[in-house]
Amino acid sequence: MTIEEIQNEIIDEFSMFEDWEERYQYMIDLGKTLPLIQEQFKTDDHIIKGCQSKVWVHAEMNDDKVEFTADSDAIITKGIIAILIRAFSNQHPKDIIEANTDFIDKIGLKEHLSPTRANGLVSMIKQLKMYAIAYQTQLN
Amino acid sequence: MKVETPFNAEVIRKDFPILNRKVNGKPLIYLDNAATSQTPQKVIDAIVDYYSNYNANIHRGVHALSQEATDAYEQARIKIQKHFNAAKAYEIIFTSGTTHGINLVANGFSSLLKKGDEIIVSALEHHSNIVPWQMLCEKTGAALKVIPMDTNGELVLSEFNKLLNQNTKLVFVNHISNALGTINPIEPIIEKAHNVGAAVLIDGAQSCPHIKPDVQALDADFYVCSAHKICGPTGIGMLYGKEEWLKKLPPYQGGGEMIAEVTFEKTTYADLPHKFEAGTPNVCGGIAFGAAIDYMNAIGFDAIAQYENELLVYATQKLQKIEGLTIYGTATHKTSVISFNVGNIHPYDIGTILDKMGIAVRTGHHCAQPIMDFYKIPGTIRASFMFYNTKEEIDIFIASLKKAIMMLS
Repeated sequence: MTIEEIQNEIIDEFSMFEDWEERYQYMIDLGKTLPLIQEQFKTDDHIIKGCQSKVWVHAEMNDDKVEFTADSDAIITKGIIAILIRAFSNQHPKDIIEANTDFIDKIGLKEHLSPTRANGLVSMIKQLKMYAIAYQTQLN
Repeated sequence: MKVETPFNAEVIRKDFPILNRKVNGKPLIYLDNAATSQTPQKVIDAIVDYYSNYNANIHRGVHALSQEATDAYEQARIKIQKHFNAAKAYEIIFTSGTTHGINLVANGFSSLLKKGDEIIVSALEHHSNIVPWQMLCEKTGAALKVIPMDTNGELVLSEFNKLLNQNTKLVFVNHISNALGTINPIEPIIEKAHNVGAAVLIDGAQSCPHIKPDVQALDADFYVCSAHKICGPTGIGMLYGKEEWLKKLPPYQGGGEMIAEVTFEKTTYADLPHKFEAGTPNVCGGIAFGAAIDYMNAIGFDAIAQYENELLVYATQKLQKIEGLTIYGTATHKTSVISFNVGNIHPYDIGTILDKMGIAVRTGHHCAQPIMDFYKIPGTIRASFMFYNTKEEIDIFIASLKKAIMMLS
């Protein structure tokens, strides 16, 4: 599936939730169930510092596709990361670079991507794109 | 016969337009008062009146508006002087806030300190009360010493006694800790510091909304605070300094207002307080600061302290009943601030869910990382109450917190 197709799938899923509680409960459950990153990568080299919650990101390229793993010490942040990873992981670097993140707005989580929000998510998306740019350079 | 008006938070709440608003569809419950307090209509009116009727640059103009603005600004200074019981109006310096006041003093001391001198700060300090002294120490070669705290969040005074010596030149302590709400015993700290000839700066950012400090009775050399913590606007605060100290310190910034005479060879500085107020000041802010002081005094600080303590006790008892909840900072003397965590739940998660329910709390390290390191936690959830909060709001806060815990567990 393309990034856009996955994003549309996520939008469809979220459209079934009736209120914020269901949305957040879903994200919390996502955050709880997913092991997102191997412990060996939870080091300072992989950390993206938000003011309050920590985010770790690791990237690898296999068969010209970038695979991301990530984690956070806050569970709601982790839930959102799970959604982002689902959209961007296992994709060609060029597609990651060009992808937009409007779907976050459409699923009612826009507030988490405000640059002033102290959760490190904006920096995380930047970091995902930086990895993609780096791998794209290798391919060229 | 004088009839005491009973304290009525429901009536007082009507003074604050913002308390009528909704957040995420729910009535706002504002429990982030230690970060900034809300603004009563009287203060908003003072701001609107200034810009509607007499906005002008001050101290130099010969025209009517300038004269009116100058009078109102200097009247505000006198209100602040009386409130803090400073001996002279010119001992009150308008600043942009507490941080500015601290930096002004730190900068002033850079010309008074030398290698071997010592500065003492407390372990309960806000970052703004640590960094300027570290910078000062780097510049002068002075050493920074720290008064340790215990697990209740109280300063260990016996250790403070050991740190004091003839080399101690400055002691900096907050009156009330922003992260834990501890009311520090500043009276003995000031007295002991003076016994070795050291000056004392008290950070009153957290105390001024709850206590009416008497700087002369305390014998503080410097006292700083911000207006936005006491129902005033942001961007304005005050530094009180004893006249003898303010005369000793060199000016902080160069510019208009702070000079007496300028030639290319030499400038002589203006007298106090203008020596420290370079450039066009925050005239409107100063006037509104004065209006905030009037507003708070009309309610009365004794009534405020008594009511806020009721809120503190009520909320503490309710919180203590929640399983897995730990309160940080259990000092005997504390103000209406409760810092806590629930089990292993990240404070950020709880804060996010509470926000969805219209409740504003602070989460994180509260710019006091050394305190978080002491307790070995990433941060806390901090609920801080003001006289316009109610027990009903605390009930909703507790119910919402329980719901957040349920969702996150």
